[in-house]
Amino acid sequence: MIDKFVPDVEAALENVHDGVTIMLGGFGSVGLPNQLLDGLAAKGVRGITLIANNAGAAFGSMVTLLETGAVEKVVCSYPRNAQSTLFVDLYRDGKIGLELVPQGTLAERIRAASAGIPAFFTPTAAGTQLGAGKEQREINGRLCVLEQALHADVALLEAWQADRWGNLSYKLAGRNFNPIMAGAAKLTIVQTQHKVELGEMSPDEVMTPGIYVNRVVHIPYGDPVL
Amino acid sequence: MSEPATKLKTLTREQMAARLAADIPEGWYVNLGIGAPTLVANYVADREVVFHSENGLLGVGPKPEDENVEPWLINAGKQYITMMAGGSTFDSADSFGLIRGGHLDLAVLGGYEVAENGDLANWSTGANDAGPAVGGAMDLGAGAKQVWVLMDHTTKTGDSKLVTKCSYPLTALGSVTRIYTNIAVIDVTPNGFVLRDTAPGVTFEDVQARTSAVLHRA
Repeated sequence: MIDKFVPDVEAALENVHDGVTIMLGGFGSVGLPNQLLDGLAAKGVRGITLIANNAGAAFGSMVTLLETGAVEKVVCSYPRNAQSTLFVDLYRDGKIGLELVPQGTLAERIRAASAGIPAFFTPTAAGTQLGAGKEQREINGRLCVLEQALHADVALLEAWQADRWGNLSYKLAGRNFNPIMAGAAKLTIVQTQHKVELGEMSPDEVMTPGIYVNRVVHIPYGDPVL
Repeated sequence: MSEPATKLKTLTREQMAARLAADIPEGWYVNLGIGAPTLVANYVADREVVFHSENGLLGVGPKPEDENVEPWLINAGKQYITMMAGGSTFDSADSFGLIRGGHLDLAVLGGYEVAENGDLANWSTGANDAGPAVGGAMDLGAGAKQVWVLMDHTTKTGDSKLVTKCSYPLTALGSVTRIYTNIAVIDVTPNGFVLRDTAPGVTFEDVQARTSAVLHRA
């Protein structure tokens, strides 16, 4: 019998070691796996490279991870929020690395990794600072830059519903980067608001098929807070 | 370049947004950038215009009343929103695929500078001001069918924001098609800036005097 559910966050994060590259789902605080992030901070994992749209922004335990120096580098499009200068201060002091990526290029690099596409050309960022140093080619009259697929060791995601095969669904704006990250990491760990029986989600309702998912932990924590 | 002595009666942000909104045809799919561009949604009146948000939404509706907030529904500016009947949700790759694939009719963005060749600078003032952040600006700039910039005509110190060449770091190359400022509407054409409309009481000469690049008559 396939059962990807694990009893708690500790078991979900087993073998997540120092030096790990982590993809983190969520846009702002919606679809963010808060308790997995709490668990990561509590476990004391260090040397983390964090790939997330708002990596660096002060949501939940991201603050602890940044303050304790557990995060070595972030790969993201928007590493700040109105309520906090934490990331900007660390960055100015040279205490954290940053690879700034346009949001669509970030999403597509993740999707490409998931789909086995090693690299792709895009006009986004061509001729700008964020395209500097990358291979360029004019395609159909437009300047493009070569972007590499973005892989991770671990993906930490949040779902609305999950079954024991690891099939997932998401709620409203909670989908964001979660489905594409599921396929771009070697180990995909999901926290879910609701645990459902096999077949309770119809095949049409499954947004991420369980093939991409390794571990699921049931955490009915309630609504996100901005 | 400092502003000429004659003081013009300029449009408010709301008036600028309303002026831009008047030019959006029914049926367009539109992304509104953070800040002043979000005001545009208030002025499309009865036309069905489908608003997109980068975090994976089409059919974004107005801000909810406090008692009707849906905590799982935010826009790219991380504010609570509603969805229209007919709205849809999808993941971030689809959300940017529809931008980058040229499906979005219009992106309305703010700007630091627009050059006469359509180059846009709107993501960084270059001096590592508050730590770099780009979000979806470069994707919208490169991908939308039309890029309209909504911004004041000049900086607080009176310098023209319509320039021959951008001095701030670029967001996208040659993509801006029209600019709505607090004194004028200007098309960006292969021949440069062409004045399309002015605010009440503003003349071609007034606009040219506040524009550091050459302005052409329509």
